[in-house]
Amino acid sequence: MNALWAQTRNEVVLSLRQSEQLLVALGIPILLLVFLSQVDLLPSSTDRPIDGLAPAMLALAVMSSSMVSLGIGTGFERHYGVLKRLGVTPLGRPRLLGAKVMATFGTEVVQVLSLSVVALLLGWQPNWRPGLLGLAVLLGTATFAGLGLLLAGTLSGPANLAACNGLYLVLLLFGGIAVPASELPGPVGTVAWCLPTGALVEVMRAATTAAQPVGRALVVLAVWAVVTPFAAASTFRWSPSS
Amino acid sequence: MPLVEIDRLTMRFGPVTAVDELSLHADAGEVLALLGPNGAGKTTTVETLEGFRTPTSGTVRVAGLDPVADHDAVMAHLGVMLQSCRLYSAIKPREAVRLFASYYRRPLDPVALLERVGLHQRAGVAWRKLSGGEQQRVALALALVGRPEVVVLDEPTAGLDVEGRLLVRRIVAELRAEGVCVLLTSHELDEVEKLADRVAIIDRGCLRAVGTPADLAAAVHRPEIRFRAPASLDRAALATHLGAVVDEPEPGTFVVALEPTPATVARLTSWLADRDVALSGLSTGVASLEDVFLRLTADAPTPATDQEDAP
Repeated sequence: MNALWAQTRNEVVLSLRQSEQLLVALGIPILLLVFLSQVDLLPSSTDRPIDGLAPAMLALAVMSSSMVSLGIGTGFERHYGVLKRLGVTPLGRPRLLGAKVMATFGTEVVQVLSLSVVALLLGWQPNWRPGLLGLAVLLGTATFAGLGLLLAGTLSGPANLAACNGLYLVLLLFGGIAVPASELPGPVGTVAWCLPTGALVEVMRAATTAAQPVGRALVVLAVWAVVTPFAAASTFRWSPSS
Repeated sequence: MPLVEIDRLTMRFGPVTAVDELSLHADAGEVLALLGPNGAGKTTTVETLEGFRTPTSGTVRVAGLDPVADHDAVMAHLGVMLQSCRLYSAIKPREAVRLFASYYRRPLDPVALLERVGLHQRAGVAWRKLSGGEQQRVALALALVGRPEVVVLDEPTAGLDVEGRLLVRRIVAELRAEGVCVLLTSHELDEVEKLADRVAIIDRGCLRAVGTPADLAAAVHRPEIRFRAPASLDRAALATHLGAVVDEPEPGTFVVALEPTPATVARLTSWLADRDVALSGLSTGVASLEDVFLRLTADAPTPATDQEDAP
């Protein structure tokens, strides 16, 4: 079998074997989607909270698979010396990275499909703009994979685990996902606007609703999508000891 | 052309010189062992062959290629067993060998390979549930799966039981017969004597000696008669009587630099008898690889750790 496909298959099979990965990738976004749409907990400016909630959960799903799953997985592979062992094979970095990217996109397709089905059951009436949706997933993945690999490539295994999960929680609460950036108080809201999560939620919302100006959010997200992979690539150490 | 060529390799980490002007080579069908105490620079040396480290000065070549500059090309020729191999915790040996087989152009059959390393019964058990010895066997299989021309085994028998050691010995012999160049490191003398065609003794980064185990033993063979007696013994008088140098390497132990013939032993014992000196532990020496090793690595500091830690 071709090395790239074999490696991609390996990444997918091994992550499916870890139940906490499934929980982060699918469980939490679906649970939050159902919970927040049924409980009148959060302020909402629209009559149909599900229309604002569904794109936010799509953004959360992208963040969970590309930052949390990829970052923590890669961090432990590095910490335990798996990456070092792969370094003495002809696999090479481009194919290893390519396999991780494909596995992540594969997960995201499953996430988008299952979240959409649940949201539709909850009464979501999306107005798909497939091109923009694809762009949102692409830029979001680049941004959060960059962040996850930045942490994975510089911190030790346990510290990376804590950092990825901590950042996930902070961005979920204050980054414009659980509460829209526009409804966060003053300066927090402004910061949320500049964060990749806030921008991704905006672009996701634009990709699933009829019309909404998306220019500024798209620019913010694109900048992040360039900065974080670059930072990760220039600081990543394949083995903690060398 | 030798398959492994190390030419005046020097590795410095800040003020520490881990490897100092080391030159070695190994050919197809040859088993070369790097033998030395912990911290001697063995792992640092093989890590330059594996492309993990760039030499401070000097060159290393694997199949004529530079492991750093021609990394991917070298990896196609090289099979590696790292000192401590760790894999994905959930991967099964069968999956691991298949996955690694996909990296190479002409891999071995994964099923037959697992049988060869004695893991066919455990092929479906997750890595984290395997014993240390079983993980070593997986690591060995992964080193072989790509039909490498050069195999580098870093401490291959460390932590293995008797059966595992026999397996490593058998596989190394098979590789030699197939014309593979095997480079291994060890700090265990008896293993090296059994495994290697040639031994390079390394201490504090320097090559002290290289040759077959028998050559090395012969090279340092100095005839001697060794005995224990009270430290008050008059060495100078004994030396004059025997016409040979008498050393006292530690108080109460004496070494006479003479061929241990019955006649010389008789002259020694009669001199001692005349003076009524209590004699104990008379022995005559033929050097073993261990003597060579101990002599060459005499005042090495003893590191506290088991692993060889390059900074």
